Amino acid sequence: MSDIAILAIDATVKSVILIVVLLTGFAYGTWLERRFIARIQVRIGPNRAGPFGLLQPVADGLKLFVKEDVIPLGADKILFTLAPVITAIPALIVLAVVPIGEQVNLFGYTTTLGIADINVGVLYIMAVTSISVYGIVLAGWASANKYAMLGGLRSSAQMISYELAMGLSILAPVMMTGSMSLGDIIRAQQNTWFIFLQPIAGIIFIITMLAETNRAPFDLPEAEQELTAGYITEYGGMKFAAFFMAEYMKMIAVSVIAASLFFGGYQFTIPFTNIQLHTLLGGWMAPFILGAKVVASLMFMIWLRATLPRIRYDRLMAFGWKVLLPLSLANAVVTAVLVALDVFPSFG
Amino acid sequence: MIIRRGLAILEGMATTIKHVFQPPVTVQYPEQVRPLAERFKGRHELKRYDNGLEKCIGCALCAAACPADAIWVESAENTDEERYSPGERYAKTYEINMLRCIFCGYCEDACPTEAIVLEHEYRLSFYDRKSAIYTKEMLLVPVPPGGKPTPQKVPPGSFDRAIPDMENPK
Repeated sequence: MSDIAILAIDATVKSVILIVVLLTGFAYGTWLERRFIARIQVRIGPNRAGPFGLLQPVADGLKLFVKEDVIPLGADKILFTLAPVITAIPALIVLAVVPIGEQVNLFGYTTTLGIADINVGVLYIMAVTSISVYGIVLAGWASANKYAMLGGLRSSAQMISYELAMGLSILAPVMMTGSMSLGDIIRAQQNTWFIFLQPIAGIIFIITMLAETNRAPFDLPEAEQELTAGYITEYGGMKFAAFFMAEYMKMIAVSVIAASLFFGGYQFTIPFTNIQLHTLLGGWMAPFILGAKVVASLMFMIWLRATLPRIRYDRLMAFGWKVLLPLSLANAVVTAVLVALDVFPSFG
Repeated sequence: MIIRRGLAILEGMATTIKHVFQPPVTVQYPEQVRPLAERFKGRHELKRYDNGLEKCIGCALCAAACPADAIWVESAENTDEERYSPGERYAKTYEINMLRCIFCGYCEDACPTEAIVLEHEYRLSFYDRKSAIYTKEMLLVPVPPGGKPTPQKVPPGSFDRAIPDMENPK
Protein backbone atom coordinates (compact mmCIF):
# COMPACT_ATOMS: atom_id res chain seq x y z
CA MET A 1 0.00 0.00 0.00
CA SER A 2 1.16 3.49 -0.69
CA ASP A 3 2.44 5.65 2.15
CA ILE A 4 -0.48 8.03 1.95
CA ALA A 5 -3.01 5.21 2.26
CA ILE A 6 -1.23 3.80 5.32
CA LEU A 7 -1.08 7.26 6.88
CA ALA A 8 -4.75 7.85 6.20
CA ILE A 9 -5.84 4.55 7.70
CA ASP A 10 -3.51 5.04 10.66
CA ALA A 11 -4.87 8.51 11.40
CA THR A 12 -8.48 7.43 10.91
CA VAL A 13 -8.25 4.46 13.21
CA LYS A 14 -6.51 6.50 15.89
CA SER A 15 -9.08 9.29 15.58
CA VAL A 16 -11.95 6.84 15.98
CA ILE A 17 -10.27 5.36 19.03
CA LEU A 18 -9.73 8.86 20.44
CA ILE A 19 -13.39 9.79 19.96
CA VAL A 20 -14.57 6.56 21.56
CA VAL A 21 -12.22 7.04 24.50
CA LEU A 22 -13.34 10.64 24.94
CA LEU A 23 -17.03 9.70 24.86
CA THR A 24 -16.49 6.96 27.42
CA GLY A 25 -14.39 9.36 29.43
CA PHE A 26 -17.20 11.89 29.37
CA ALA A 27 -19.77 9.32 30.50
CA TYR A 28 -17.67 8.00 33.35
CA GLY A 29 -16.41 11.49 34.16
CA THR A 30 -19.97 12.31 35.14
CA TRP A 31 -20.06 9.11 37.20
CA LEU A 32 -16.80 10.00 38.93
CA GLU A 33 -18.03 13.51 39.63
CA ARG A 34 -21.28 12.41 41.21
CA ARG A 35 -19.67 9.69 43.33
CA PHE A 36 -16.70 11.77 44.45
CA ILE A 37 -18.71 14.90 45.27
CA ALA A 38 -21.08 12.66 47.20
CA ARG A 39 -18.25 11.19 49.28
CA ILE A 40 -16.94 14.67 50.02
CA GLN A 41 -20.45 15.54 51.23
CA VAL A 42 -20.53 12.44 53.49
CA ARG A 43 -23.05 10.59 51.38
CA ILE A 44 -22.97 7.88 48.72
CA GLY A 45 -23.54 8.87 45.13
CA PRO A 46 -25.84 7.00 42.75
CA ASN A 47 -25.45 3.29 43.39
CA ARG A 48 -28.70 1.80 42.17
CA ALA A 49 -28.26 1.78 38.40
CA GLY A 50 -25.94 -1.17 37.96
CA PRO A 51 -23.19 -2.16 40.41
CA PHE A 52 -21.76 0.98 42.03
CA GLY A 53 -24.04 3.03 39.84
CA LEU A 54 -21.86 2.32 36.80
CA LEU A 55 -24.85 2.25 34.47
CA GLN A 56 -26.04 5.66 35.70
CA PRO A 57 -24.49 7.51 32.73
CA VAL A 58 -26.31 5.09 30.42
CA ALA A 59 -29.57 5.91 32.17
CA ASP A 60 -28.84 9.63 31.93
CA GLY A 61 -28.04 9.34 28.25
CA LEU A 62 -31.24 7.43 27.53
CA LYS A 63 -33.26 10.01 29.41
CA LEU A 64 -31.79 12.91 27.47
CA PHE A 65 -32.21 11.00 24.23
CA VAL A 66 -35.95 10.55 24.58
CA LYS A 67 -36.69 14.11 25.67
CA GLU A 68 -38.66 16.46 23.47
CA ASP A 69 -36.54 18.72 21.29
CA VAL A 70 -37.75 22.25 22.02
CA ILE A 71 -36.69 25.25 19.93
CA PRO A 72 -37.97 28.61 21.26
CA LEU A 73 -40.35 30.56 19.03
CA GLY A 74 -38.14 33.51 18.18
CA ALA A 75 -34.92 31.57 18.04
CA ASP A 76 -32.71 31.35 15.00
CA LYS A 77 -33.21 27.67 14.17
CA ILE A 78 -29.97 27.09 12.34
CA LEU A 79 -27.73 28.80 14.88
CA PHE A 80 -29.64 27.29 17.77
CA THR A 81 -28.92 23.82 16.49
CA LEU A 82 -25.39 24.67 15.39
CA ALA A 83 -24.22 26.21 18.68
CA PRO A 84 -23.80 22.98 20.67
CA VAL A 85 -21.98 21.44 17.73
CA ILE A 86 -19.56 24.36 17.56
CA THR A 87 -18.91 24.02 21.26
CA ALA A 88 -18.42 20.27 21.23
CA ILE A 89 -16.20 19.79 18.20
CA PRO A 90 -13.12 21.68 19.48
CA ALA A 91 -13.23 19.57 22.63
CA LEU A 92 -13.01 16.47 20.45
CA ILE A 93 -10.25 17.59 18.13
CA VAL A 94 -7.89 19.38 20.47
CA LEU A 95 -6.31 16.15 21.64
CA ALA A 96 -5.15 15.21 18.17
CA VAL A 97 -1.74 16.79 18.74
CA VAL A 98 -1.00 15.27 22.13
CA PRO A 99 1.32 12.26 22.07
CA ILE A 100 0.21 9.60 24.50
CA GLY A 101 3.18 7.32 24.21
CA GLU A 102 6.22 6.47 22.19
CA GLN A 103 6.83 3.86 19.54
CA VAL A 104 4.87 0.66 19.92
CA ASN A 105 4.58 -2.47 17.89
CA LEU A 106 1.20 -3.96 17.08
CA PHE A 107 1.26 -7.21 15.07
CA GLY A 108 4.36 -6.07 13.21
CA TYR A 109 3.10 -2.57 12.56
CA THR A 110 5.17 0.09 14.28
CA THR A 111 3.54 3.36 15.12
CA THR A 112 3.84 6.22 17.52
CA LEU A 113 1.02 6.57 20.01
CA GLY A 114 -0.72 9.84 19.35
CA ILE A 115 -2.37 11.07 16.19
CA ALA A 116 -0.22 13.90 14.91
CA ASP A 117 2.63 15.42 16.87
CA ILE A 118 2.93 18.52 14.73
CA ASN A 119 5.68 21.01 15.36
CA VAL A 120 3.22 23.80 16.31
CA GLY A 121 1.16 21.69 18.67
CA VAL A 122 0.82 24.37 21.33
CA LEU A 123 -0.38 26.92 18.80
CA TYR A 124 -2.97 24.43 17.51
CA ILE A 125 -4.25 23.89 21.04
CA MET A 126 -4.63 27.60 21.75
CA ALA A 127 -6.40 28.16 18.44
CA VAL A 128 -8.82 25.29 18.82
CA THR A 129 -9.84 26.09 22.37
CA SER A 130 -10.68 29.61 21.28
CA ILE A 131 -13.26 28.32 18.79
CA SER A 132 -15.54 27.01 21.51
CA VAL A 133 -16.14 30.57 22.68
CA TYR A 134 -18.10 31.09 19.47
CA GLY A 135 -20.40 28.23 20.32
CA ILE A 136 -21.25 29.71 23.67
CA VAL A 137 -21.97 33.23 22.50
CA LEU A 138 -24.05 31.83 19.62
CA ALA A 139 -26.00 29.69 22.05
CA GLY A 140 -26.78 32.70 24.15
CA TRP A 141 -27.78 34.83 21.16
CA ALA A 142 -29.77 32.22 19.30
CA SER A 143 -31.89 31.43 22.36
CA ALA A 144 -33.99 34.61 22.00
CA ASN A 145 -33.80 34.93 25.78
CA LYS A 146 -32.32 37.98 27.54
CA TYR A 147 -30.83 35.96 30.35
CA ALA A 148 -29.30 33.40 28.06
CA MET A 149 -27.74 36.22 26.07
CA LEU A 150 -26.27 37.78 29.18
CA GLY A 151 -25.00 34.41 30.33
CA GLY A 152 -23.42 33.76 26.97
CA LEU A 153 -21.73 37.16 26.96
CA ARG A 154 -20.43 36.68 30.48
CA SER A 155 -19.11 33.28 29.70
CA SER A 156 -17.34 34.34 26.54
CA ALA A 157 -15.85 37.39 28.26
CA GLN A 158 -14.59 35.14 31.04
CA MET A 159 -13.09 32.66 28.62
CA ILE A 160 -11.24 35.16 26.50
CA SER A 161 -9.89 37.00 29.54
CA TYR A 162 -8.40 33.86 30.98
CA GLU A 163 -7.12 32.65 27.63
CA LEU A 164 -4.55 35.45 27.69
CA ALA A 165 -3.09 34.33 30.99
CA MET A 166 -3.26 30.72 29.80
CA GLY A 167 -1.31 31.52 26.65
CA LEU A 168 1.37 33.37 28.59
CA SER A 169 1.69 30.59 31.13
CA ILE A 170 2.03 28.03 28.33
CA LEU A 171 4.83 30.18 26.94
CA ALA A 172 7.10 29.21 29.85
CA PRO A 173 7.48 25.47 29.04
CA VAL A 174 7.69 26.36 25.36
CA MET A 175 10.57 28.75 26.01
CA MET A 176 12.38 26.26 28.18
CA THR A 177 12.04 23.54 25.56
CA GLY A 178 12.64 25.77 22.58
CA SER A 179 9.89 24.04 20.63
CA MET A 180 6.12 24.23 20.33
CA SER A 181 5.77 20.54 19.66
CA LEU A 182 4.15 18.71 22.55
CA GLY A 183 6.30 15.66 21.97
CA ASP A 184 9.44 17.71 22.50
CA ILE A 185 8.02 19.36 25.62
CA ILE A 186 7.16 15.98 27.10
CA ARG A 187 10.53 14.49 26.33
CA ALA A 188 12.22 17.55 27.84
CA GLN A 189 10.68 16.60 31.19
CA GLN A 190 12.47 13.30 31.51
CA ASN A 191 14.48 14.38 34.50
CA THR A 192 12.29 16.98 36.17
CA TRP A 193 8.73 17.93 35.54
CA PHE A 194 8.17 21.54 34.56
CA ILE A 195 5.85 22.08 37.52
CA PHE A 196 8.94 22.11 39.73
CA LEU A 197 10.91 24.41 37.47
CA GLN A 198 8.01 26.75 36.67
CA PRO A 199 5.67 26.63 39.68
CA ILE A 200 4.13 30.03 38.99
CA ALA A 201 3.31 29.19 35.40
CA GLY A 202 1.93 25.85 36.51
CA ILE A 203 -0.38 27.32 39.11
CA ILE A 204 -1.56 30.01 36.71
CA PHE A 205 -2.26 27.34 34.12
CA ILE A 206 -4.29 25.32 36.59
CA ILE A 207 -6.38 28.36 37.53
CA THR A 208 -7.00 29.36 33.92
CA MET A 209 -7.78 25.73 33.14
CA LEU A 210 -10.74 25.99 35.52
CA ALA A 211 -11.87 29.30 34.06
CA GLU A 212 -11.69 28.01 30.48
CA THR A 213 -13.97 25.08 31.18
CA ASN A 214 -16.43 27.18 33.21
CA ARG A 215 -15.75 25.01 36.22
CA ALA A 216 -16.15 25.99 39.84
CA PRO A 217 -15.26 28.41 41.26
CA PHE A 218 -15.57 30.16 37.89
CA ASP A 219 -18.90 28.65 36.96
CA LEU A 220 -21.10 31.74 37.18
CA PRO A 221 -22.21 31.46 33.53
CA GLU A 222 -23.76 28.08 34.10
CA ALA A 223 -24.86 28.34 37.68
CA GLU A 224 -28.45 27.32 38.24
CA GLN A 225 -29.13 30.06 40.72
CA GLU A 226 -27.77 32.91 38.63
CA LEU A 227 -29.19 33.97 35.29
CA THR A 228 -31.41 30.89 35.34
CA ALA A 229 -28.67 28.58 34.03
CA GLY A 230 -27.13 31.10 31.67
CA TYR A 231 -26.53 30.24 28.05
CA ILE A 232 -27.97 26.71 28.25
CA THR A 233 -31.35 27.84 29.58
CA GLU A 234 -33.33 27.08 26.45
CA TYR A 235 -31.58 23.83 25.64
CA GLY A 236 -33.06 20.45 26.48
CA GLY A 237 -32.64 16.86 25.44
CA MET A 238 -29.81 15.99 23.08
CA LYS A 239 -28.66 19.60 22.62
CA PHE A 240 -28.21 19.89 26.36
CA ALA A 241 -26.38 16.59 26.28
CA ALA A 242 -24.06 18.07 23.66
CA PHE A 243 -23.18 21.05 25.89
CA PHE A 244 -22.75 18.79 28.88
CA MET A 245 -20.51 16.54 26.82
CA ALA A 246 -18.50 19.52 25.59
CA GLU A 247 -17.84 20.66 29.14
CA TYR A 248 -16.60 17.30 30.37
CA MET A 249 -14.53 16.63 27.28
CA LYS A 250 -12.94 20.06 27.63
CA MET A 251 -12.12 19.13 31.21
CA ILE A 252 -10.45 15.95 30.05
CA ALA A 253 -8.64 17.70 27.20
CA VAL A 254 -7.35 20.47 29.43
CA SER A 255 -6.22 17.90 32.01
CA VAL A 256 -4.28 16.04 29.32
CA ILE A 257 -2.65 19.28 28.23
CA ALA A 258 -1.77 20.24 31.79
CA ALA A 259 -0.29 16.79 32.35
CA SER A 260 1.74 17.06 29.15
CA LEU A 261 3.02 20.57 29.72
CA PHE A 262 3.77 20.51 33.42
CA PHE A 263 3.56 17.01 34.80
CA GLY A 264 5.64 14.98 32.40
CA GLY A 265 2.90 13.68 30.12
CA TYR A 266 2.98 9.95 29.62
CA GLN A 267 6.30 9.57 31.40
CA PHE A 268 6.79 8.47 34.95
CA THR A 269 10.10 7.66 36.55
CA ILE A 270 10.03 6.41 40.10
CA PRO A 271 11.93 9.01 42.13
CA PHE A 272 15.53 8.26 43.13
CA THR A 273 15.62 5.29 40.77
CA ASN A 274 16.04 4.81 37.10
CA ILE A 275 12.88 2.78 36.63
CA GLN A 276 10.95 4.28 33.76
CA LEU A 277 7.40 3.06 34.04
CA HIS A 278 6.40 4.27 30.62
CA THR A 279 8.65 1.77 28.92
CA LEU A 280 6.90 -1.22 30.47
CA LEU A 281 4.66 -3.47 28.40
CA GLY A 282 6.58 -2.55 25.28
CA GLY A 283 5.52 1.06 25.56
CA TRP A 284 1.84 0.34 26.11
CA MET A 285 2.03 1.43 29.75
CA ALA A 286 2.47 5.06 28.73
CA PRO A 287 -1.21 5.80 27.91
CA PHE A 288 -2.23 4.36 31.26
CA ILE A 289 0.21 6.60 33.08
CA LEU A 290 -1.25 9.59 31.25
CA GLY A 291 -4.71 8.28 32.10
CA ALA A 292 -3.84 8.10 35.78
CA LYS A 293 -2.63 11.69 35.71
CA VAL A 294 -5.81 12.79 33.95
CA VAL A 295 -7.97 11.04 36.54
CA ALA A 296 -5.99 12.70 39.31
CA SER A 297 -6.47 16.07 37.64
CA LEU A 298 -10.21 15.46 37.21
CA MET A 299 -10.51 14.51 40.85
CA PHE A 300 -8.68 17.71 41.78
CA MET A 301 -11.16 19.75 39.73
CA ILE A 302 -14.10 17.93 41.30
CA TRP A 303 -12.61 18.46 44.75
CA LEU A 304 -12.35 22.20 44.07
CA ARG A 305 -15.92 22.29 42.89
CA ALA A 306 -17.09 20.71 46.14
CA THR A 307 -15.06 23.09 48.27
CA LEU A 308 -15.15 26.60 46.89
CA PRO A 309 -18.00 29.07 46.52
CA ARG A 310 -18.55 30.86 43.24
CA ILE A 311 -16.49 33.93 42.46
CA ARG A 312 -18.57 37.02 41.72
CA TYR A 313 -18.32 38.10 38.13
CA ASP A 314 -16.58 41.43 38.59
CA ARG A 315 -14.04 39.92 40.94
CA LEU A 316 -13.51 37.13 38.44
CA MET A 317 -12.68 39.60 35.67
CA ALA A 318 -10.52 41.69 38.00
CA PHE A 319 -8.61 38.57 39.01
CA GLY A 320 -8.02 37.55 35.41
CA TRP A 321 -6.86 40.93 34.16
CA LYS A 322 -5.25 42.52 37.21
CA VAL A 323 -3.59 39.52 38.85
CA LEU A 324 -3.10 36.60 36.49
CA LEU A 325 -2.14 38.53 33.39
CA PRO A 326 0.61 40.63 35.02
CA LEU A 327 1.92 37.59 36.91
CA SER A 328 2.11 35.40 33.85
CA LEU A 329 3.66 38.22 31.86
CA ALA A 330 6.31 38.75 34.54
CA ASN A 331 6.94 35.03 34.64
CA ALA A 332 7.36 34.92 30.87
CA VAL A 333 9.85 37.80 30.98
CA VAL A 334 11.90 36.26 33.77
CA THR A 335 11.91 32.87 32.06
CA ALA A 336 12.99 34.47 28.79
CA VAL A 337 15.88 36.22 30.51
CA LEU A 338 16.97 33.03 32.27
CA VAL A 339 16.75 30.98 29.10
CA ALA A 340 18.74 33.58 27.21
CA LEU A 341 21.40 33.47 29.90
CA ASP A 342 21.53 29.67 29.52
CA VAL A 343 20.71 29.10 33.19
CA PHE A 344 18.76 25.93 32.50
CA PRO A 345 20.43 22.74 31.32
CA SER A 346 19.53 22.23 27.71
CA PHE A 347 16.27 20.48 27.08
CA GLY A 348 14.73 19.06 23.95
CA MET B 1 -1.73 38.48 50.64
CA ILE B 2 -2.35 36.29 47.67
CA ILE B 3 -0.33 33.61 49.44
CA ARG B 4 -2.50 33.92 52.53
CA ARG B 5 -5.69 33.57 50.50
CA GLY B 6 -4.25 30.68 48.60
CA LEU B 7 -3.39 28.94 51.85
CA ALA B 8 -6.95 29.54 53.06
CA ILE B 9 -8.21 27.72 49.97
CA LEU B 10 -5.90 24.82 50.75
CA GLU B 11 -7.19 24.72 54.31
CA GLY B 12 -10.73 24.48 52.97
CA MET B 13 -9.72 21.69 50.65
CA ALA B 14 -8.14 19.79 53.53
CA THR B 15 -11.41 20.06 55.44
CA THR B 16 -13.46 18.70 52.58
CA ILE B 17 -11.13 15.82 51.82
CA LYS B 18 -11.38 14.71 55.45
CA HIS B 19 -15.03 13.96 54.80
CA VAL B 20 -14.14 11.37 52.20
CA PHE B 21 -12.73 9.19 54.95
CA GLN B 22 -15.76 9.48 57.21
CA PRO B 23 -18.48 6.85 56.82
CA PRO B 24 -21.39 8.21 54.80
CA VAL B 25 -24.65 8.94 56.55
CA THR B 26 -26.76 7.57 53.73
CA VAL B 27 -29.27 4.85 54.58
CA GLN B 28 -29.91 2.35 51.81
CA TYR B 29 -33.68 2.53 51.89
CA PRO B 30 -35.64 0.24 51.49
CA GLU B 31 -33.14 -2.42 52.51
CA GLN B 32 -32.20 -0.42 55.61
CA VAL B 33 -34.75 1.66 57.49
CA ARG B 34 -33.97 4.58 59.75
CA PRO B 35 -35.29 3.98 63.28
CA LEU B 36 -38.20 6.21 64.29
CA ALA B 37 -38.77 8.11 67.51
CA GLU B 38 -41.25 6.61 69.93
CA ARG B 39 -43.73 9.45 69.47
CA PHE B 40 -43.44 9.54 65.68
CA LYS B 41 -46.78 10.57 64.14
CA GLY B 42 -47.59 8.23 61.26
CA ARG B 43 -50.87 6.66 60.19
CA HIS B 44 -53.79 6.53 62.62
CA GLU B 45 -55.14 3.38 64.25
CA LEU B 46 -58.41 2.83 66.13
CA LYS B 47 -57.56 0.77 69.18
CA ARG B 48 -59.55 -1.95 70.97
CA TYR B 49 -59.74 -3.16 74.55
CA ASP B 50 -58.33 -6.57 75.49
CA ASN B 51 -61.76 -8.22 75.25
CA GLY B 52 -62.22 -7.09 71.66
CA LEU B 53 -64.56 -4.15 72.14
CA GLU B 54 -63.58 -0.97 70.30
CA LYS B 55 -62.40 1.93 72.39
CA CYS B 56 -64.04 4.51 70.11
CA ILE B 57 -67.38 5.74 71.47
CA GLY B 58 -68.29 7.91 68.48
CA CYS B 59 -68.11 11.24 70.31
CA ALA B 60 -66.48 13.00 67.28
CA LEU B 61 -64.21 15.12 69.47
CA CYS B 62 -61.38 14.16 67.11
CA ALA B 63 -63.34 15.52 64.17
CA ALA B 64 -63.96 18.73 66.07
CA ALA B 65 -60.30 19.09 67.00
CA CYS B 66 -58.89 18.35 63.54
CA PRO B 67 -57.49 21.59 62.05
CA ALA B 68 -57.64 20.21 58.51
CA ASP B 69 -61.21 18.85 58.73
CA ALA B 70 -60.00 15.43 57.71
CA ILE B 71 -62.17 13.19 59.96
CA TRP B 72 -65.78 12.20 59.38
CA VAL B 73 -67.65 10.46 62.23
CA GLU B 74 -71.20 9.13 62.27
CA SER B 75 -72.26 7.56 65.53
CA ALA B 76 -75.01 5.07 66.41
CA GLU B 77 -76.40 3.54 69.59
CA ASN B 78 -75.00 0.31 71.02
CA THR B 79 -77.56 -2.41 71.88
CA ASP B 80 -76.74 -5.43 74.01
CA GLU B 81 -77.25 -7.76 71.07
CA GLU B 82 -74.95 -5.77 68.85
CA ARG B 83 -72.30 -4.09 71.00
CA TYR B 84 -69.27 -2.45 69.48
CA SER B 85 -67.93 -0.38 72.35
CA PRO B 86 -68.40 -0.31 76.17
CA GLY B 87 -70.49 2.86 76.15
CA GLU B 88 -73.74 4.27 74.87
CA ARG B 89 -72.54 5.01 71.36
CA TYR B 90 -70.05 3.71 68.84
CA ALA B 91 -68.68 5.08 65.55
CA LYS B 92 -70.88 3.67 62.77
CA THR B 93 -68.88 5.49 60.13
CA TYR B 94 -65.31 6.62 60.73
CA GLU B 95 -63.28 7.98 57.80
CA ILE B 96 -60.06 9.94 57.64
CA ASN B 97 -59.10 11.72 54.42
CA MET B 98 -55.34 11.17 54.29
CA LEU B 99 -54.89 13.93 51.72
CA ARG B 100 -56.22 16.47 54.20
CA CYS B 101 -54.54 15.06 57.28
CA ILE B 102 -51.50 17.02 58.44
CA PHE B 103 -50.43 14.42 61.02
CA CYS B 104 -50.50 16.97 63.83
CA GLY B 105 -51.85 14.56 66.45
CA TYR B 106 -54.63 16.85 67.75
CA CYS B 107 -57.17 14.05 67.28
CA GLU B 108 -55.02 11.83 69.47
CA ASP B 109 -54.85 14.56 72.12
CA ALA B 110 -58.60 15.22 71.98
CA CYS B 111 -59.78 11.60 72.27
CA PRO B 112 -61.25 10.88 75.75
CA THR B 113 -60.83 7.12 75.50
CA GLU B 114 -57.39 6.90 73.82
CA ALA B 115 -59.08 5.26 70.85
CA ILE B 116 -57.42 7.11 67.96
CA VAL B 117 -53.62 6.89 68.11
CA LEU B 118 -50.99 7.90 65.57
CA GLU B 119 -48.74 4.93 64.93
CA HIS B 120 -45.49 4.55 63.00
CA GLU B 121 -46.69 3.60 59.50
CA TYR B 122 -45.52 6.21 56.96
CA ARG B 123 -45.61 4.28 53.70
CA LEU B 124 -48.91 5.70 52.53
CA SER B 125 -49.39 6.11 48.81
CA PHE B 126 -52.44 5.85 46.59
CA TYR B 127 -53.21 5.85 42.89
CA ASP B 128 -56.37 7.92 43.03
CA ARG B 129 -58.13 10.33 45.40
CA LYS B 130 -60.86 7.85 46.27
CA SER B 131 -58.45 5.43 47.88
CA ALA B 132 -57.00 8.24 50.01
CA ILE B 133 -60.10 8.09 52.24
CA TYR B 134 -59.21 5.56 54.93
CA THR B 135 -62.30 3.83 56.31
CA LYS B 136 -62.95 2.39 59.71
CA GLU B 137 -62.12 -1.12 58.54
CA MET B 138 -58.70 0.05 57.37
CA LEU B 139 -57.98 1.94 60.60
CA LEU B 140 -59.27 -0.54 63.18
CA VAL B 141 -56.64 -2.76 64.75
CA PRO B 142 -57.15 -6.54 64.59
CA VAL B 143 -58.80 -8.30 67.54
CA PRO B 144 -56.19 -8.95 70.26
CA PRO B 145 -55.66 -12.58 71.34
CA GLY B 146 -58.24 -13.56 73.92
CA GLY B 147 -60.85 -11.16 72.61
CA LYS B 148 -63.90 -11.59 70.46
CA PRO B 149 -64.59 -9.67 67.25
CA THR B 150 -67.23 -6.89 67.25
CA PRO B 151 -70.22 -6.79 67.09
CA GLN B 152 -70.46 -8.78 70.28
CA LYS B 153 -73.51 -10.16 72.06
CA VAL B 154 -73.18 -9.33 75.74
CA PRO B 155 -75.37 -10.13 78.80
CA PRO B 156 -77.75 -7.22 79.35
CA GLY B 157 -76.71 -4.70 81.97
CA SER B 158 -72.98 -5.44 81.93
CA PHE B 159 -72.07 -2.14 80.25
CA ASP B 160 -74.50 0.39 81.66
CA ARG B 161 -72.18 3.35 82.34
CA ALA B 162 -72.66 6.24 79.95
CA ILE B 163 -68.95 6.88 79.88
CA PRO B 164 -66.82 3.74 80.00
CA ASP B 165 -63.98 3.17 82.48
CA MET B 166 -60.60 4.09 81.19
CA GLU B 167 -59.01 0.76 82.03
CA ASN B 168 -59.50 -2.41 80.06
CA PRO B 169 -62.83 -3.94 81.14
CA LYS B 170 -62.59 -7.45 82.61
